[in-house]
Amino acid sequence: MFIDLLIGAVKAVVVLLLVLNLTALLLWFERKGSALIQDRVGANRANLLGLGARLGMPNLGLINTLLADPVKLFTKEDFVPDGADRFLHWLAPFLALFPVLVTFAVVPIGDAVTIAGHRIVLQAASLHDDALYVLATIGIGVYGIALGGWASNNRWSLLGGIRASAQMISYELAMGLGVVAVVMTFGTLSLQEICRSQGGVWFGWLPRWGIFVQPVAFLMLLAAGMAESKRVPFDLPEAESELVSGYFTEYSGSKQAVFMMTDFAEVALIAVLLTTFFLGGWQVPYLYRDGFILPGGVHWALSGPAVAILGVISFFIKTLVLCCLQLLVRWTLPRFRYDQLMRFGWKFLVPVGLLNLVATAFVIVLAGH
Amino acid sequence: MTAWLFGFLATLALVSALGVILQRNPVHSLMALIVTLLVTAVFFIALGAVTIGFLQAIIYAGAIMVLFLFVIWLLNIQAEEREAGHLALKSFGALAAAALVAELLAIAGRAPAPEAAVKPSPAYGTIATLAAALFSHYLIAFEATSLLLLVAIVGAVALARRMPRRRSTAASPAAASVSATGQDVSAPEVSRRAASA
Repeated sequence: MFIDLLIGAVKAVVVLLLVLNLTALLLWFERKGSALIQDRVGANRANLLGLGARLGMPNLGLINTLLADPVKLFTKEDFVPDGADRFLHWLAPFLALFPVLVTFAVVPIGDAVTIAGHRIVLQAASLHDDALYVLATIGIGVYGIALGGWASNNRWSLLGGIRASAQMISYELAMGLGVVAVVMTFGTLSLQEICRSQGGVWFGWLPRWGIFVQPVAFLMLLAAGMAESKRVPFDLPEAESELVSGYFTEYSGSKQAVFMMTDFAEVALIAVLLTTFFLGGWQVPYLYRDGFILPGGVHWALSGPAVAILGVISFFIKTLVLCCLQLLVRWTLPRFRYDQLMRFGWKFLVPVGLLNLVATAFVIVLAGH
Repeated sequence: MTAWLFGFLATLALVSALGVILQRNPVHSLMALIVTLLVTAVFFIALGAVTIGFLQAIIYAGAIMVLFLFVIWLLNIQAEEREAGHLALKSFGALAAAALVAELLAIAGRAPAPEAAVKPSPAYGTIATLAAALFSHYLIAFEATSLLLLVAIVGAVALARRMPRRRSTAASPAAASVSATGQDVSAPEVSRRAASA
């Protein structure tokens, strides 16, 4: 009993720490990656006792953003504008961050492992209806943004908040349709089961990943997910050329850092969900419980723990690749106009999603007979 | 559901429900309502009705409350002023509330004592059970409801969209003035159409 509680607590803390560190890593990658794309140097000023120079670098690289940015943000004045709703202004950043963080609880980062007689599922919380839970928490994420915009008593903020909530509930629909197509394909709502059924190969070489069965749903979820995370080309809510900073114009210091963290946590969330639904989650191609079986018939035996560790590594590699893809899109595409955004969501993604559902249902019924 | 969990959730639900009616600011009331709905969802999940619980969170807390928020913003409802007077209204409300409480107590007093709690079957409340019931036994009701919702959506879109401007072939001066000012429909016209619909 006690050991089970301990295992649960450790899993929860580990998943939380992984997410938080991933967001910090993404922040660094975004700053340096955008600099690379735009042919700039990027953040290079922070230095600690000339340590970087001694190591032969102009600065401390990754530590630059991991340390300097938080220290800078958390030591700034925490400013609340006049006439703001103080309570909601204070609450909003956390209302935005919390639903994103708790969604990671149901994401399986690996297969079940057995350590000292205890079977540990590498998933902070295994429900049977994980997919519904994901939709519920994503749906609640709207409030932090909307209320942050409203509580600031600033018109730019309010406009940003309204834009954000309209955009998020519009794209939730497309997202839900994509998730439903995946759930129909695998016949289960449990993310761990979805990962498990993506093991094995077709035709002797093609991994049984969801992306090969539901390519339309993959693209839909990618587009809808990027719109949910409110990043370029869907960053209308914080369009800095029109709205200063949108819903977090009036936020400073650590609360603004929390909003920024929400942004990156959402990027990571979209990446882990796409990995789980479409890229096999923790599955490694051709890796089975007892080792690799390559298409040529070559067998390479591996022990159980090694297989589990490879699974976790594969999960994070896929997640990082998808995160990088989203960051690349951000620095490549221009921003949509608001009517284009709405038309794309309602008149393209939703009908395509419905057609995809009908096609999926047809195939399932035909295959069943 | 254990007793302490019930006690905790029930307290939270009651406090947030009181928050809905006692707050002066409509946005704060809305926040309290969202908490109430989420606690209700947790109640459903703790009682085994997992699907209903999640649907409660997705649809009510996640979507309909956003609609409420939009309505509050659209109508620009400000924080309620504390009003004096209306003694007749207040006493009438108090009387009605007292009658409701008396009625509830009378019903609760006559209810038979609960027998031992029934353990639901493992399939109870899962999405598979729910879907099997909806798409077999209640199929006609389910489809009729979805048709009704579709009609409602089409009706709302038809009411909300601008009517195409009529060609002013009619000789009536009203029609001519409408097309001359470039306005599609006058406000009384819209309300009349809404009423007739």
